[in-house]
Amino acid sequence: MIGADANGSGADSNAIAATSAGFDNPVLQSQAMYRNLLSAMAQPGRIISCDLSLEVPLPLWPTTAAAALTLLDFDTPLWLDPVAATVLPLSDYLRFHCGCPLVQASGNAAFAIISDPAELPPLNVFAAGTDEYPDRSATLLIQVERLDDSRGVILRGPGIESKQCFQAKGLPSGFWQQVQENHSGFPQGVDMIFCAQDRIAALPRSTQVEV
Amino acid sequence: MTQAAQNAGMQVDQSDVTGEAKAGPDPHYNFAYLDEQTKRMIRRAILKGVAIPGYQVPFASREMPMPYGWGTGGVQVTASIIGPDDVLKVIDQGADDTTNAVSIRQFFVRTTDVETTTHTEEASIIQTRHRIPEQNLSEDQILVYQVPIPEPLRFLEPRESETRKMHALGEYGLMHVKLYEDIATHGHIATTYAYPVKVNGHYIMDPSPTPKFDNPKMHRMPALQLFGAGREKRIYAIPPHTAVYSLDFEDHPFEVQQWEQSCEICGAGDTFLDEVVTDDQGGRMFVCSDSDHCNRHQEAAE
Ligand SMILES: [Zn+2]
Repeated sequence: MIGADANGSGADSNAIAATSAGFDNPVLQSQAMYRNLLSAMAQPGRIISCDLSLEVPLPLWPTTAAAALTLLDFDTPLWLDPVAATVLPLSDYLRFHCGCPLVQASGNAAFAIISDPAELPPLNVFAAGTDEYPDRSATLLIQVERLDDSRGVILRGPGIESKQCFQAKGLPSGFWQQVQENHSGFPQGVDMIFCAQDRIAALPRSTQVEV
Repeated sequence: MTQAAQNAGMQVDQSDVTGEAKAGPDPHYNFAYLDEQTKRMIRRAILKGVAIPGYQVPFASREMPMPYGWGTGGVQVTASIIGPDDVLKVIDQGADDTTNAVSIRQFFVRTTDVETTTHTEEASIIQTRHRIPEQNLSEDQILVYQVPIPEPLRFLEPRESETRKMHALGEYGLMHVKLYEDIATHGHIATTYAYPVKVNGHYIMDPSPTPKFDNPKMHRMPALQLFGAGREKRIYAIPPHTAVYSLDFEDHPFEVQQWEQSCEICGAGDTFLDEVVTDDQGGRMFVCSDSDHCNRHQEAAE
Protein backbone atom coordinates (compact mmCIF):
# COMPACT_ATOMS: atom_id res chain seq x y z
CA MET A 1 0.00 0.00 0.00
CA ILE A 2 1.34 3.44 -0.85
CA GLY A 3 2.91 5.07 2.19
CA ALA A 4 3.00 1.84 4.14
CA ASP A 5 6.16 0.66 2.44
CA ALA A 6 8.11 3.92 2.82
CA ASN A 7 11.63 3.01 3.79
CA GLY A 8 12.15 6.32 5.55
CA SER A 9 15.56 6.72 3.99
CA GLY A 10 16.76 10.16 4.89
CA ALA A 11 13.42 11.21 6.36
CA ASP A 12 13.77 11.61 10.11
CA SER A 13 10.75 11.49 12.37
CA ASN A 14 10.31 15.28 12.37
CA ALA A 15 10.21 15.35 8.61
CA ILE A 16 7.63 12.55 8.59
CA ALA A 17 5.46 14.42 11.07
CA ALA A 18 5.60 17.53 8.88
CA THR A 19 4.93 15.74 5.61
CA SER A 20 1.65 16.41 3.81
CA ALA A 21 -0.77 13.56 3.53
CA GLY A 22 -0.87 11.21 0.54
CA PHE A 23 -4.04 9.66 -0.87
CA ASP A 24 -6.90 9.17 1.66
CA ASN A 25 -7.67 5.89 -0.07
CA PRO A 26 -4.42 4.78 -1.72
CA VAL A 27 -5.90 1.70 -3.39
CA LEU A 28 -8.81 3.35 -5.19
CA GLN A 29 -7.26 6.76 -5.77
CA SER A 30 -4.10 5.33 -7.30
CA GLN A 31 -6.28 3.13 -9.52
CA ALA A 32 -8.27 6.17 -10.67
CA MET A 33 -5.10 8.18 -11.31
CA TYR A 34 -3.58 5.26 -13.17
CA ARG A 35 -6.49 5.18 -15.59
CA ASN A 36 -5.90 8.89 -16.26
CA LEU A 37 -2.24 8.16 -16.94
CA LEU A 38 -3.11 5.18 -19.14
CA SER A 39 -5.66 7.23 -21.14
CA ALA A 40 -3.08 9.97 -21.59
CA MET A 41 -0.32 7.61 -22.73
CA ALA A 42 -2.70 5.73 -25.05
CA GLN A 43 -3.92 8.98 -26.68
CA PRO A 44 -0.88 11.24 -27.04
CA GLY A 45 -1.56 14.95 -26.73
CA ARG A 46 -5.11 14.50 -25.53
CA ILE A 47 -5.80 16.42 -22.32
CA ILE A 48 -7.14 14.28 -19.49
CA SER A 49 -8.81 15.99 -16.51
CA CYS A 50 -7.91 14.63 -13.09
CA ASP A 51 -10.31 14.97 -10.19
CA LEU A 52 -7.94 15.27 -7.24
CA SER A 53 -8.05 16.76 -3.76
CA LEU A 54 -4.48 16.45 -2.57
CA GLU A 55 -2.50 18.83 -0.42
CA VAL A 56 1.04 18.65 -1.63
CA PRO A 57 4.23 20.59 -0.90
CA LEU A 58 5.06 23.29 -3.45
CA PRO A 59 6.37 23.41 -6.07
CA LEU A 60 4.74 20.01 -6.59
CA TRP A 61 1.26 20.06 -8.14
CA PRO A 62 -1.55 17.64 -7.27
CA THR A 63 -1.38 15.90 -10.65
CA THR A 64 2.38 15.37 -10.38
CA ALA A 65 2.08 14.16 -6.80
CA ALA A 66 -0.77 11.80 -7.74
CA ALA A 67 1.25 10.40 -10.64
CA ALA A 68 4.20 9.87 -8.30
CA LEU A 69 2.03 8.22 -5.62
CA THR A 70 0.59 5.96 -8.31
CA LEU A 71 3.75 4.89 -10.12
CA LEU A 72 6.78 5.28 -7.86
CA ASP A 73 8.19 2.97 -5.20
CA PHE A 74 11.52 1.54 -4.02
CA ASP A 75 12.07 0.05 -7.49
CA THR A 76 12.02 3.41 -9.29
CA PRO A 77 15.02 5.74 -8.85
CA LEU A 78 13.75 9.32 -9.11
CA TRP A 79 15.58 12.39 -10.38
CA LEU A 80 14.43 15.85 -9.31
CA ASP A 81 15.37 18.99 -11.18
CA PRO A 82 18.00 21.06 -9.32
CA VAL A 83 15.45 23.59 -8.02
CA ALA A 84 12.98 20.97 -6.78
CA ALA A 85 15.82 18.93 -5.28
CA THR A 86 16.61 21.76 -2.83
CA VAL A 87 13.03 21.88 -1.49
CA LEU A 88 13.24 19.62 1.52
CA PRO A 89 9.47 19.16 2.10
CA LEU A 90 9.14 17.98 -1.50
CA SER A 91 11.90 15.35 -1.37
CA ASP A 92 10.69 14.27 2.09
CA TYR A 93 7.16 13.89 0.73
CA LEU A 94 8.28 11.70 -2.15
CA ARG A 95 10.62 9.63 -0.01
CA PHE A 96 8.01 9.12 2.67
CA HIS A 97 4.98 8.35 0.51
CA CYS A 98 6.66 6.57 -2.39
CA GLY A 99 9.79 5.16 -0.76
CA CYS A 100 11.68 5.89 -3.95
CA PRO A 101 15.44 6.47 -3.94
CA LEU A 102 16.48 9.92 -5.18
CA VAL A 103 19.36 9.91 -7.65
CA GLN A 104 21.75 12.69 -8.66
CA ALA A 105 22.65 11.24 -12.05
CA SER A 106 19.78 11.82 -14.50
CA GLY A 107 20.85 8.80 -16.55
CA ASN A 108 20.11 6.45 -13.63
CA ALA A 109 16.53 7.60 -13.12
CA ALA A 110 13.45 5.55 -14.00
CA PHE A 111 11.35 8.67 -13.38
CA ALA A 112 12.14 12.36 -13.31
CA ILE A 113 10.09 15.21 -11.93
CA ILE A 114 10.68 18.55 -13.59
CA SER A 115 8.90 21.14 -11.49
CA ASP A 116 9.31 23.95 -14.01
CA PRO A 117 9.79 23.42 -17.76
CA ALA A 118 12.61 25.98 -17.69
CA GLU A 119 14.54 23.42 -15.62
CA LEU A 120 14.15 20.67 -18.22
CA PRO A 121 17.58 19.36 -19.26
CA PRO A 122 18.13 17.98 -22.78
CA LEU A 123 16.03 14.83 -23.20
CA ASN A 124 19.09 12.75 -24.11
CA VAL A 125 20.51 12.99 -20.57
CA PHE A 126 17.86 10.47 -19.50
CA ALA A 127 17.92 6.72 -20.02
CA ALA A 128 16.46 5.78 -23.42
CA GLY A 129 16.74 2.01 -22.91
CA THR A 130 18.46 -0.22 -25.46
CA ASP A 131 17.21 -1.67 -28.74
CA GLU A 132 16.79 -5.02 -26.96
CA TYR A 133 15.23 -3.53 -23.80
CA PRO A 134 13.67 -0.21 -24.83
CA ASP A 135 11.42 -0.36 -21.75
CA ARG A 136 14.43 0.36 -19.54
CA SER A 137 13.92 4.02 -20.20
CA ALA A 138 12.92 7.07 -18.20
CA THR A 139 9.46 8.52 -17.83
CA LEU A 140 9.50 12.29 -17.30
CA LEU A 141 6.82 14.09 -15.30
CA ILE A 142 7.04 17.67 -16.55
CA GLN A 143 5.02 20.35 -14.77
CA VAL A 144 3.62 23.03 -17.03
CA GLU A 145 1.30 25.95 -16.30
CA ARG A 146 -1.01 25.32 -19.21
CA LEU A 147 -1.89 22.58 -21.68
CA ASP A 148 -3.75 23.20 -24.93
CA ASP A 149 -4.88 20.60 -27.44
CA SER A 150 -6.49 23.01 -29.91
CA ARG A 151 -3.30 24.62 -31.25
CA GLY A 152 0.46 24.19 -31.34
CA VAL A 153 2.47 21.38 -32.88
CA ILE A 154 0.78 18.55 -34.80
CA LEU A 155 1.11 15.05 -33.39
CA ARG A 156 0.62 11.83 -35.35
CA GLY A 157 1.13 8.17 -34.58
CA PRO A 158 -0.20 5.32 -32.43
CA GLY A 159 -3.14 6.42 -30.26
CA ILE A 160 -4.07 9.27 -32.62
CA GLU A 161 -6.82 8.74 -35.19
CA SER A 162 -5.49 11.26 -37.71
CA LYS A 163 -3.75 14.17 -36.03
CA GLN A 164 -3.73 15.91 -32.66
CA CYS A 165 -2.75 19.51 -31.84
CA PHE A 166 -0.72 20.07 -28.72
CA GLN A 167 0.86 22.94 -26.82
CA ALA A 168 2.37 23.17 -23.35
CA LYS A 169 3.38 26.51 -21.85
CA GLY A 170 6.97 27.38 -21.06
CA LEU A 171 8.88 24.58 -22.77
CA PRO A 172 12.52 25.47 -23.45
CA SER A 173 13.62 26.49 -26.93
CA GLY A 174 14.73 23.57 -29.02
CA PHE A 175 12.41 21.25 -27.09
CA TRP A 176 10.39 20.08 -30.11
CA GLN A 177 13.51 19.32 -32.09
CA GLN A 178 14.64 17.15 -29.17
CA VAL A 179 11.27 15.41 -29.24
CA GLN A 180 11.75 14.68 -32.93
CA GLU A 181 15.19 13.24 -32.21
CA ASN A 182 13.71 11.21 -29.35
CA HIS A 183 11.13 9.80 -31.76
CA SER A 184 13.71 9.02 -34.43
CA GLY A 185 15.53 6.77 -31.95
CA PHE A 186 12.45 4.50 -31.66
CA PRO A 187 12.22 1.95 -30.08
CA GLN A 188 14.63 3.70 -27.74
CA GLY A 189 13.53 6.94 -26.15
CA VAL A 190 12.01 8.64 -23.14
CA ASP A 191 8.28 9.07 -22.52
CA MET A 192 6.80 12.29 -21.16
CA ILE A 193 3.80 13.11 -19.05
CA PHE A 194 2.92 16.81 -18.83
CA CYS A 195 1.25 17.75 -15.57
CA ALA A 196 -0.76 20.97 -15.28
CA GLN A 197 -2.65 21.85 -12.07
CA ASP A 198 -5.63 19.57 -12.71
CA ARG A 199 -4.97 17.92 -16.05
CA ILE A 200 -2.36 15.85 -17.77
CA ALA A 201 -1.28 14.88 -21.29
CA ALA A 202 1.38 12.47 -22.48
CA LEU A 203 3.91 12.31 -25.27
CA PRO A 204 5.37 8.82 -25.73
CA ARG A 205 8.39 8.18 -27.94
CA SER A 206 6.12 6.68 -30.63
CA THR A 207 4.58 10.07 -31.47
CA GLN A 208 5.73 11.98 -34.55
CA VAL A 209 5.81 15.76 -34.21
CA GLU A 210 5.35 18.31 -36.95
CA VAL A 211 6.41 21.78 -35.78
CA MET B 1 -1.25 -21.88 -3.71
CA THR B 2 -2.77 -20.91 -0.37
CA GLN B 3 -6.23 -21.97 0.73
CA ALA B 4 -7.30 -18.31 0.70
CA ALA B 5 -6.09 -18.00 -2.86
CA GLN B 6 -8.06 -21.08 -3.86
CA ASN B 7 -11.15 -19.62 -2.28
CA ALA B 8 -10.71 -16.40 -4.26
CA GLY B 9 -10.32 -18.06 -7.59
CA MET B 10 -11.29 -21.54 -8.34
CA GLN B 11 -14.77 -22.06 -6.97
CA VAL B 12 -17.06 -21.90 -9.93
CA ASP B 13 -20.67 -21.36 -9.09
CA GLN B 14 -22.56 -22.01 -12.32
CA SER B 15 -25.64 -20.19 -11.09
CA ASP B 16 -23.69 -16.94 -11.01
CA VAL B 17 -23.17 -16.44 -14.73
CA THR B 18 -23.49 -12.67 -14.81
CA GLY B 19 -21.97 -12.08 -11.39
CA GLU B 20 -24.83 -10.53 -9.45
CA ALA B 21 -23.91 -7.51 -7.36
CA LYS B 22 -22.96 -8.17 -3.75
CA ALA B 23 -22.53 -5.88 -0.78
CA GLY B 24 -18.94 -4.97 -1.67
CA PRO B 25 -15.59 -6.55 -2.43
CA ASP B 26 -14.56 -9.43 -0.20
CA PRO B 27 -12.68 -7.76 2.69
CA HIS B 28 -10.27 -10.70 2.95
CA TYR B 29 -8.44 -9.58 -0.18
CA ASN B 30 -6.87 -6.36 -1.39
CA PHE B 31 -9.03 -4.73 -4.09
CA ALA B 32 -8.62 -6.86 -7.24
CA TYR B 33 -6.52 -9.37 -5.27
CA LEU B 34 -3.03 -8.10 -6.21
CA ASP B 35 -1.01 -6.16 -3.64
CA GLU B 36 -0.35 -2.52 -4.42
CA GLN B 37 3.36 -2.97 -5.11
CA THR B 38 2.60 -5.62 -7.73
CA LYS B 39 -0.04 -3.39 -9.32
CA ARG B 40 2.45 -0.51 -9.56
CA MET B 41 5.01 -2.76 -11.24
CA ILE B 42 2.42 -4.04 -13.74
CA ARG B 43 1.03 -0.53 -14.29
CA ARG B 44 4.50 0.75 -15.16
CA ALA B 45 5.02 -2.19 -17.55
CA ILE B 46 1.69 -1.44 -19.28
CA LEU B 47 2.62 2.23 -19.77
CA LYS B 48 5.92 1.22 -21.39
CA GLY B 49 4.05 -1.31 -23.53
CA VAL B 50 1.69 1.43 -24.72
CA ALA B 51 4.62 3.76 -25.45
CA ILE B 52 6.38 1.03 -27.50
CA PRO B 53 3.53 -0.62 -29.45
CA GLY B 54 4.03 -4.35 -30.02
CA TYR B 55 7.17 -4.64 -27.85
CA GLN B 56 7.02 -7.34 -25.16
CA VAL B 57 7.75 -5.77 -21.76
CA PRO B 58 9.11 -8.25 -19.19
CA PHE B 59 7.31 -8.16 -15.85
CA ALA B 60 7.49 -10.11 -12.57
CA SER B 61 4.37 -12.23 -13.00
CA ARG B 62 2.73 -13.22 -9.71
CA GLU B 63 1.16 -16.52 -8.74
CA MET B 64 -2.57 -16.17 -9.16
CA PRO B 65 -5.34 -18.27 -7.60
CA MET B 66 -5.81 -20.18 -10.85
CA PRO B 67 -3.47 -22.35 -12.88
CA TYR B 68 -1.31 -21.06 -15.75
CA GLY B 69 -3.29 -21.60 -18.89
CA TRP B 70 -6.30 -20.03 -17.20
CA GLY B 71 -5.27 -16.57 -18.29
CA THR B 72 -3.16 -15.48 -15.35
CA GLY B 73 -1.43 -12.85 -17.50
CA GLY B 74 -4.69 -11.31 -18.63
CA VAL B 75 -6.05 -11.52 -15.10
CA GLN B 76 -3.05 -9.61 -13.72
CA VAL B 77 -3.43 -6.91 -16.38
CA THR B 78 -7.15 -6.55 -15.66
CA ALA B 79 -6.53 -6.56 -11.89
CA SER B 80 -4.03 -3.72 -12.30
CA ILE B 81 -6.35 -1.45 -14.29
CA ILE B 82 -9.84 -2.26 -12.98
CA GLY B 83 -11.73 0.14 -10.70
CA PRO B 84 -15.12 0.22 -8.99
CA ASP B 85 -16.72 2.13 -11.88
CA ASP B 86 -15.75 -0.41 -14.53
CA VAL B 87 -18.15 -2.84 -16.18
CA LEU B 88 -16.42 -6.11 -16.96
CA LYS B 89 -17.10 -8.68 -19.67
CA VAL B 90 -15.11 -11.92 -19.83
CA ILE B 91 -15.16 -14.23 -22.85
CA ASP B 92 -13.53 -17.51 -23.71
CA GLN B 93 -13.64 -18.51 -27.40
CA GLY B 94 -16.32 -15.84 -27.82
CA ALA B 95 -18.63 -17.19 -25.10
CA ASP B 96 -19.42 -15.65 -21.70
CA ASP B 97 -20.57 -18.89 -20.08
CA THR B 98 -17.63 -21.29 -20.33
CA THR B 99 -15.93 -22.45 -17.12
CA ASN B 100 -12.88 -20.29 -17.73
CA ALA B 101 -14.88 -17.12 -18.40
CA VAL B 102 -17.26 -17.72 -15.48
CA SER B 103 -14.37 -18.42 -13.12
CA ILE B 104 -12.49 -15.23 -14.04
CA ARG B 105 -15.64 -13.13 -13.89
CA GLN B 106 -16.46 -14.47 -10.43
CA PHE B 107 -12.89 -13.83 -9.30
CA PHE B 108 -13.29 -10.15 -10.15
CA VAL B 109 -16.79 -9.88 -8.71
CA ARG B 110 -15.50 -11.36 -5.47
CA THR B 111 -12.39 -9.20 -5.23
CA THR B 112 -13.76 -5.91 -6.65
CA ASP B 113 -17.57 -6.12 -6.55
CA VAL B 114 -17.45 -4.65 -10.05
CA GLU B 115 -20.50 -4.73 -12.31
CA THR B 116 -20.36 -7.36 -15.05
CA THR B 117 -22.11 -7.75 -18.38
CA THR B 118 -22.30 -10.08 -21.34
CA HIS B 119 -23.20 -7.22 -23.68
CA THR B 120 -20.13 -6.10 -25.57
CA GLU B 121 -21.11 -2.42 -25.87
CA GLU B 122 -21.82 -2.09 -22.11
CA ALA B 123 -18.36 -3.24 -21.02
CA SER B 124 -15.53 -0.83 -20.20
CA ILE B 125 -13.06 -3.72 -19.90
CA ILE B 126 -13.35 -6.93 -21.92
CA GLN B 127 -11.01 -9.76 -20.99
CA THR B 128 -10.75 -12.36 -23.73
CA ARG B 129 -9.28 -15.69 -24.55
CA HIS B 130 -9.06 -16.55 -28.27
CA ARG B 131 -11.54 -14.09 -29.82
CA ILE B 132 -12.21 -10.44 -30.53
CA PRO B 133 -15.91 -9.55 -30.23
CA GLU B 134 -17.72 -9.22 -33.56
CA GLN B 135 -19.15 -5.83 -32.58
CA ASN B 136 -16.87 -2.84 -33.15
CA LEU B 137 -15.27 -1.55 -29.94
CA SER B 138 -15.01 2.12 -28.95
CA GLU B 139 -12.36 4.46 -27.56
CA ASP B 140 -13.95 4.08 -24.12
CA GLN B 141 -13.17 0.36 -23.98
CA ILE B 142 -10.08 -1.68 -23.15
CA LEU B 143 -9.61 -5.18 -24.58
CA VAL B 144 -7.37 -7.44 -22.44
CA TYR B 145 -6.05 -10.59 -24.12
CA GLN B 146 -4.92 -13.74 -22.33
CA VAL B 147 -1.73 -14.85 -24.03
CA PRO B 148 -0.07 -18.27 -23.68
CA ILE B 149 3.04 -17.70 -25.84
CA PRO B 150 3.80 -14.04 -26.53
CA GLU B 151 6.89 -14.54 -28.69
CA PRO B 152 5.90 -14.96 -32.37
CA LEU B 153 9.43 -16.09 -33.23
CA ARG B 154 9.63 -18.73 -30.48
CA PHE B 155 8.83 -21.69 -32.75
CA LEU B 156 11.53 -20.57 -35.15
CA GLU B 157 14.17 -19.64 -32.57
CA PRO B 158 13.99 -21.04 -29.04
CA ARG B 159 16.64 -18.75 -27.52
CA GLU B 160 15.25 -15.59 -25.91
CA SER B 161 18.57 -13.76 -26.41
CA GLU B 162 18.27 -14.41 -30.15
CA THR B 163 14.61 -13.46 -30.58
CA ARG B 164 15.27 -10.27 -28.63
CA LYS B 165 18.11 -9.44 -31.05
CA MET B 166 15.87 -10.21 -34.03
CA HIS B 167 13.21 -7.81 -32.75
CA ALA B 168 15.86 -5.17 -32.01
CA LEU B 169 17.26 -5.37 -35.54
CA GLY B 170 13.92 -5.94 -37.25
CA GLU B 171 15.34 -9.19 -38.67
CA TYR B 172 12.10 -10.90 -39.50
CA GLY B 173 13.23 -12.93 -42.51
CA LEU B 174 12.72 -16.24 -40.65
CA MET B 175 9.04 -15.46 -40.13
CA HIS B 176 8.54 -14.77 -43.82
CA VAL B 177 10.39 -17.99 -44.66
CA LYS B 178 8.06 -19.91 -42.35
CA LEU B 179 4.95 -18.46 -43.96
CA TYR B 180 6.40 -19.07 -47.42
CA GLU B 181 7.06 -22.70 -46.54
CA ASP B 182 3.32 -22.91 -45.82
CA ILE B 183 2.65 -21.73 -49.34
CA ALA B 184 5.16 -24.18 -50.82
CA THR B 185 3.56 -27.07 -48.90
CA HIS B 186 -0.13 -26.17 -48.99
CA GLY B 187 -0.44 -23.71 -51.86
CA HIS B 188 -1.59 -21.07 -49.37
CA ILE B 189 -0.62 -19.75 -45.93
CA ALA B 190 -1.95 -22.51 -43.67
CA THR B 191 -1.50 -20.60 -40.38
CA THR B 192 -5.03 -19.85 -39.17
CA TYR B 193 -4.52 -19.01 -35.47
CA ALA B 194 -1.99 -16.69 -33.84
CA TYR B 195 -1.30 -15.32 -37.30
CA PRO B 196 1.60 -12.87 -36.92
CA VAL B 197 1.03 -9.14 -37.32
CA LYS B 198 3.27 -6.10 -37.69
CA VAL B 199 2.41 -3.27 -35.33
CA ASN B 200 2.95 0.38 -36.29
CA GLY B 201 5.38 -0.72 -39.01
CA HIS B 202 7.89 -1.96 -36.45
CA TYR B 203 7.44 -4.99 -34.19
CA ILE B 204 6.13 -8.36 -35.30
CA MET B 205 3.66 -9.45 -32.66
CA ASP B 206 1.66 -12.53 -31.71
CA PRO B 207 -2.03 -11.57 -31.56
CA SER B 208 -2.60 -14.51 -29.10
CA PRO B 209 -4.40 -17.62 -30.41
CA THR B 210 -7.25 -15.68 -31.95
CA PRO B 211 -8.37 -16.89 -35.39
CA LYS B 212 -6.85 -14.88 -38.24
CA PHE B 213 -10.46 -13.91 -38.98
CA ASP B 214 -10.04 -11.44 -36.10
CA ASN B 215 -6.76 -9.90 -37.28
CA PRO B 216 -8.35 -7.13 -39.39
CA LYS B 217 -10.31 -5.98 -36.31
CA MET B 218 -7.01 -5.13 -34.60
CA HIS B 219 -6.09 -2.65 -37.34
CA ARG B 220 -6.87 0.90 -36.20
CA MET B 221 -9.17 -0.42 -33.47
CA PRO B 222 -10.46 2.57 -31.42
CA ALA B 223 -10.09 0.58 -28.17
CA LEU B 224 -6.81 0.14 -26.32
CA GLN B 225 -5.57 -3.46 -26.63
CA LEU B 226 -3.49 -4.94 -23.78
CA PHE B 227 -1.90 -8.40 -23.79
CA GLY B 228 -0.78 -10.36 -20.72
CA ALA B 229 1.24 -13.60 -20.71
CA GLY B 230 1.49 -14.90 -17.14
CA ARG B 231 3.71 -17.94 -17.47
CA GLU B 232 6.01 -16.19 -19.95
CA LYS B 233 5.98 -12.95 -17.93
CA ARG B 234 5.34 -10.53 -20.77
CA ILE B 235 2.99 -7.59 -21.29
CA TYR B 236 2.45 -5.80 -24.59
CA ALA B 237 0.01 -3.32 -26.03
CA ILE B 238 -1.51 -1.70 -29.10
CA PRO B 239 -2.72 1.89 -28.59
CA PRO B 240 -6.00 2.98 -30.21
CA HIS B 241 -6.01 3.66 -33.97
CA THR B 242 -2.67 1.90 -34.50
CA ALA B 243 -1.79 0.27 -37.82
CA VAL B 244 -1.73 -3.53 -37.47
CA TYR B 245 -1.00 -5.54 -40.62
CA SER B 246 -1.06 -9.29 -41.03
CA LEU B 247 2.11 -10.53 -42.71
CA ASP B 248 1.65 -11.67 -46.28
CA PHE B 249 3.19 -11.73 -49.74
CA GLU B 250 2.33 -9.82 -52.90
CA ASP B 251 1.36 -13.01 -54.72
CA HIS B 252 -0.33 -14.48 -51.63
CA PRO B 253 -2.20 -11.65 -49.89
CA PHE B 254 -3.63 -12.16 -46.41
CA GLU B 255 -7.14 -13.58 -46.40
CA VAL B 256 -9.54 -14.34 -43.56
CA GLN B 257 -11.47 -17.58 -43.15
CA GLN B 258 -14.77 -17.78 -44.99
CA TRP B 259 -17.68 -20.15 -44.65
CA GLU B 260 -20.13 -21.44 -47.23
CA GLN B 261 -22.92 -21.41 -44.65
CA SER B 262 -24.39 -18.79 -42.34
CA CYS B 263 -24.93 -19.13 -38.58
CA GLU B 264 -27.71 -21.68 -38.11
CA ILE B 265 -29.06 -19.86 -35.05
CA CYS B 266 -29.08 -16.17 -36.01
CA GLY B 267 -28.45 -16.33 -39.75
CA ALA B 268 -25.41 -14.03 -39.68
CA GLY B 269 -23.20 -14.47 -42.71
CA ASP B 270 -20.29 -12.30 -41.61
CA THR B 271 -19.20 -13.82 -38.28
CA PHE B 272 -16.65 -16.39 -37.14
CA LEU B 273 -18.43 -19.75 -36.98
CA ASP B 274 -17.78 -22.75 -34.72
CA GLU B 275 -18.82 -26.22 -35.82
CA VAL B 276 -20.65 -27.76 -32.86
CA VAL B 277 -21.82 -31.31 -32.30
CA THR B 278 -25.58 -31.33 -31.72
CA ASP B 279 -26.29 -34.96 -30.83
CA ASP B 280 -24.62 -38.33 -30.43
CA GLN B 281 -25.59 -39.35 -33.99
CA GLY B 282 -22.82 -37.15 -35.34
CA GLY B 283 -25.14 -34.23 -36.10
CA ARG B 284 -23.32 -30.93 -36.52
CA MET B 285 -24.16 -27.32 -37.09
CA PHE B 286 -22.33 -24.04 -37.63
CA VAL B 287 -23.03 -21.26 -35.12
CA CYS B 288 -21.47 -17.91 -34.19
CA SER B 289 -18.56 -18.26 -31.79
CA ASP B 290 -19.46 -14.83 -30.31
CA SER B 291 -22.50 -15.83 -28.23
CA ASP B 292 -23.49 -12.28 -27.27
CA HIS B 293 -23.44 -11.16 -30.89
CA CYS B 294 -25.44 -14.25 -31.90
CA ASN B 295 -28.10 -13.62 -29.21
CA ARG B 296 -28.45 -9.95 -30.16
CA HIS B 297 -28.60 -10.72 -33.88
CA GLN B 298 -31.24 -13.34 -33.20
CA GLU B 299 -33.32 -10.91 -31.08
CA ALA B 300 -33.05 -8.25 -33.77
CA ALA B 301 -34.23 -10.72 -36.42
CA GLU B 302 -37.30 -11.76 -34.44
ZN1 LIG C 1 -25.21 -16.50 -34.82
